[in-house]
Amino acid sequence: MSQPDQQSPSSQSVDNHRRQFIGTSAALAALSVTPGVMVYGLAHSKPDDQPVTNKVRWGLLIDNTKCADGCTDCVTACFTANGIQLPSVPPKETDPQWIRKVELKDMRTGRTQSLPVMCQHCEEPPCVDVCPTGASFKRADGIVLVDKHICIGCRYCVMACPYKARSFIHEALTDQKPDVPRGKGTVESCTLCVQRVDRDEQPACVEACSQAGHKAIIFGDLNDVNSEIAKRVAGRVTMQLRADLALNPGVRYEGF
Amino acid sequence: MSSVTFREIEGRSPRYWFLLGLIALFAALGLGAAYYMEHYGHIVTGMNNSVVWGMPHVFAVFLIVAASGALNVASIGSVFGKLMYKPLARLSGLLAIALLAGGLTVLMLDLGRPDRLIVAMTYYNFKSVFAWNVFLYTGFFGIVAVYLWSMMEHRMNGYSKAAGMAAFIWRLILTTGTGSIFGFLVARDAYNSALLAPMFIILSFAYGLAVYLLVMIAAYTWSGRPLGDAVLQRLGRLLGVFVAAALYFVFVFHLTNLYFTKQHAVEKFILLDGGVYTALFWIGQIVIGGIVPMLILFNPKLRAARGLLVAACLAIVFGGLAQMYVTIIGGQAFPLDIFPGWQTRSTFFDGVVHQYTPSLPEIMLGVGGVAIALVIVTFGIKVLRFLPESLADSEVDPHAKA
Amino acid sequence: MMAWRASHRMWKWMVGILVVLSLSIGAYAVASGTAEKAGSGIQPTIIIDKSRAGDKCVEDTAYMRKNHMKLLLHERDETVHFGIRTKKYSLQNCISCHASSVDNSVIGSDTHFCQSCHTYAAVSLDCWECHSSKPKPQPVAIAAPVPAVSVEGNKK
Repeated sequence: MSQPDQQSPSSQSVDNHRRQFIGTSAALAALSVTPGVMVYGLAHSKPDDQPVTNKVRWGLLIDNTKCADGCTDCVTACFTANGIQLPSVPPKETDPQWIRKVELKDMRTGRTQSLPVMCQHCEEPPCVDVCPTGASFKRADGIVLVDKHICIGCRYCVMACPYKARSFIHEALTDQKPDVPRGKGTVESCTLCVQRVDRDEQPACVEACSQAGHKAIIFGDLNDVNSEIAKRVAGRVTMQLRADLALNPGVRYEGF
Repeated sequence: MSSVTFREIEGRSPRYWFLLGLIALFAALGLGAAYYMEHYGHIVTGMNNSVVWGMPHVFAVFLIVAASGALNVASIGSVFGKLMYKPLARLSGLLAIALLAGGLTVLMLDLGRPDRLIVAMTYYNFKSVFAWNVFLYTGFFGIVAVYLWSMMEHRMNGYSKAAGMAAFIWRLILTTGTGSIFGFLVARDAYNSALLAPMFIILSFAYGLAVYLLVMIAAYTWSGRPLGDAVLQRLGRLLGVFVAAALYFVFVFHLTNLYFTKQHAVEKFILLDGGVYTALFWIGQIVIGGIVPMLILFNPKLRAARGLLVAACLAIVFGGLAQMYVTIIGGQAFPLDIFPGWQTRSTFFDGVVHQYTPSLPEIMLGVGGVAIALVIVTFGIKVLRFLPESLADSEVDPHAKA
Repeated sequence: MMAWRASHRMWKWMVGILVVLSLSIGAYAVASGTAEKAGSGIQPTIIIDKSRAGDKCVEDTAYMRKNHMKLLLHERDETVHFGIRTKKYSLQNCISCHASSVDNSVIGSDTHFCQSCHTYAAVSLDCWECHSSKPKPQPVAIAAPVPAVSVEGNKK
């Protein structure tokens, strides 16, 4: 938290008042951010015993102008929140990864930038089309998930995903987070932190980026015209990855 | 040729039991490898998050494609009415069932959760080719079994033409499905093509007939039954035509890709600088799997030498496996182009050629599938009347048209 | 001669069918004769650790014995596919009560809740390949927030 400037001893009482005020505000801010309460426009929270509906469509907007090169806070937060072991150094090709920072270099000009890439939560997901059992599915509110109860581990969805979003779990796992079940022999990918979203919180990557001060990723309801994400998508030039495939992902990028 | 005598092979010599035992040993090793992979997870294999389908799939898809093609010989007899092929039909049916069983075993044992096979048979997403395949493959077993019955049960012989037609159409749909497994994948530059379905059908003709010839020559030579040149020459020439047709499809596929600038990168990878994939493509698939067999099979003198005929068939099988490796693994090794126009790099291996080294458990599982197919054939011809007693030239009627 | 053989064969069949029928009817009679009273007969010993919060399950014992699997299978589909997350039927809720007070798990030995019955019934427990067998760690109470500034002022 920022500290107030030093004051001359003559304004000690004012200082104390200011310090108290700032301290209390900081505490309140800390209290509000720590449990991850949504700050941006949020659809009305759904009662526990009601199914999700397609009135809501969750999405992410990633602002490239705010995404810092070399920062991997979103990646670390995702691994921590979902109980995934951090990738080895150097990374092994069997390590699962739900979100990664991709470093880009323009082939013609040499200009570089970096972006986080995760499951794009497409409206027409190829991974859902190819799953033989229907384990890979799209929830009514747009989140694409794997039902690990019926996943047989055939990896056809991994073949089908244009964004390399899916990982296959190659070995037995222990110490899974109770909120995030994961197991050997099934396929997984970014869940948009569905366990947090259903509790009216933000995905871990969004929250971490916000806490780091970049606010490069925002989360919200694309169907709610009053939400910040919907306003920005409507008002600015945003793009989808591999838009030529017409999958209409829920994840958009701007400032690219 | 009004009556052909079919008889079981004797199958009581020490050599027979040794052969059966040897093949069964490989089958057992394959099952053991599958147990090892399931117990420890796929970490013990060479497959990873970038190359999720490896050697087991190379063998499995080859076996499944060959299974469909092996039925061709019977179809030429029943559907197209070529009398000379009719005695060959029963072995063709048995081989088709055996190869499919071997291929499916490998595929099912390689699943991340093979214990969930019941789930695969009760939950269906009918937009998925894999879901259709559950019905296409099990239906294939049923239809070929009925077809065999119509040929082997004297009173059902009248139905064999209808059964043969049904089997022929079914296997065309099945192989279309197999090719479409890859053809429907819009994400990958090496696949997303409608040409893959008919290409797989043509490949099935070549692989299936090559395997059929190998099995037939082995069965007749080792059981001491006469096998004349007339049958072998006809089948050998036909095999040459199939190989030529397969090469044509491969040629058109790559030619079209080379016309699209956006496909140049993947074509350069496969045809030029893909390392093992380029070598397997040119030397394995084209030269060994295509040109060498055609040189033998289109030359009557060379074709007449049985050793060379066997060599040509083995070359086609090797070329087929190479083609599967290049298609399945090469197609995954080439990185996805998520940001066209940009070079990419990440901790998740974006933008780089993905590594894959086949591991011993995977190879054992794949070979185990071949062994299971061979066990079924070797044992089948001993217990039931699949093989004609003699295929000598005097027995086989050279007048082919019905 | 042929007739005798045929009738002899038929007689053997009749005797065989009669034997099988009587055995089956007898077995059924014996089995249904002894109605199972609660606590009688061979039953698994299920260890319920009563030291945890709560004194009864979300449903009564007879219902749970018969239907817990159906409940699990149905509720999991509701949660995964539709986002229905009731507290009553949540797996974590079950674990939070039934976890052993010794090592906080529902599996690990035959004195743990789930395993005690499943070992008896010889039904393998697939859940724990993916699910954690321990309850969520309780959130640590947020300590009194430290003001951003101390009264003395920091030297930075």
